[in-house]
Amino acid sequence: MAATFPFELVSPEKLLFSGDVEAVLLPGAEGELQVMAGHAPLLALLEPGIMEVTGGPAGKQRVFIDGGFCDMNGESCTVLAEAATAVEDLSAEAMDEIIAEAEEAAAALEGGERDEANRRIATLRTVKAAI
Amino acid sequence: MPSLKDLKVRIASVKATQKITKAMQLVAAAKLRRAQEAAEASRPYAERMAAVLANLAQMTAGDPDAPVLMTGNGKSDTHLLVVCTAERGLCGGFNSSIVRKAVFDARDLMAAGKEVKFLCVGRKGFDILRRLFREQIVGLIDFKSVRRVGFQQAHEVGDKLVDMFEAGEFDVATLYYAEFRSVISQKPTGLQLIPAAAEVHASEEDTHAGNAVYEYEPDATDILDALVPRNIRVQIFRALLENAASEQGARMSAMDNATRNAGEMIDRLTLQYNRTRQAQITKELIEIISGAEAL
Repeated sequence: MAATFPFELVSPEKLLFSGDVEAVLLPGAEGELQVMAGHAPLLALLEPGIMEVTGGPAGKQRVFIDGGFCDMNGESCTVLAEAATAVEDLSAEAMDEIIAEAEEAAAALEGGERDEANRRIATLRTVKAAI
Repeated sequence: MPSLKDLKVRIASVKATQKITKAMQLVAAAKLRRAQEAAEASRPYAERMAAVLANLAQMTAGDPDAPVLMTGNGKSDTHLLVVCTAERGLCGGFNSSIVRKAVFDARDLMAAGKEVKFLCVGRKGFDILRRLFREQIVGLIDFKSVRRVGFQQAHEVGDKLVDMFEAGEFDVATLYYAEFRSVISQKPTGLQLIPAAAEVHASEEDTHAGNAVYEYEPDATDILDALVPRNIRVQIFRALLENAASEQGARMSAMDNATRNAGEMIDRLTLQYNRTRQAQITKELIEIISGAEAL
């Protein structure tokens, strides 16, 4: 059995997960990254996407997060997500709603911000396809 | 001297009022529990956010690229007061105490020659401020259609603030809300949102693993850029939740008072009713007896 480390997933509305896990796979802003026990201290921005927790008390868990950031301080890891929902609780309709909102927001933007918003929509679409 | 019928009508009306205030008190108590839970559930996020931000602030201290939202734009000529109040009244001095604090600070600032603008979050504060500073109110955000305040609302307010700051409409923003202490005590509080530096320094001490060399992905300034607006939203969210709990607490104690007052009033009116009734009976008896004696 691999070494475990304390991990917490927090959204502004509540503490979603807290416990020892083996590994966490995260959608980082510069590509996917996996955090395991003993990972170097790291602060990373996260994109909207699906994160995967393995080796936790409930086995493998997949959670959709709508952007946020990850703070690994060498011993424990905390993910602060803007919004988070377990993949089992997520429906295609709910994703459609989020995408529609993002599109509406993108329409109001210009230039670089708009490109960014469009990238976000693209990621959201991939997430939808994945569930 | 009111007639018996008048008294009866009054007693009935006070009783009806008492029923309403009692019901409102119970509803407020139920809502308070939920609001309090929500406020507590949001705490871990805010705390960790503050820790991370303090950490980052240390790393980027003195960096000219640090976001202006954090360091400020070097001026403090125009102040924006964000006044968060409730959507509804009947909650004791809740709304007016928040507004009073904001107005007090606004007068101070104006006396010091600063320009003051108001952004109202919540209808009630707007109603009061409109009478005093009609020209200085730059906007109203109300949550009338929102049943429960969520992060989405904080997001809206935060985005508006950041947009206004970037457009140069103000230099310093302060958030006014009521901090929830207990059901009988809510403290109106002013919290400086932009620039955020002052607040970050205060929490610097509880930075965990202060000396750890962090890797940043992307680099520290980029993360800070993304983080500071988010922190503003989180602060607003916390203020909104505290406010929601305070509002229900204030309403609960106000309605408790009202129910008790109504009870006292009913007792008094009932006593008066009975006295009047007895007086009337006595009067009738005297009339009958003196009539009989005259025969």
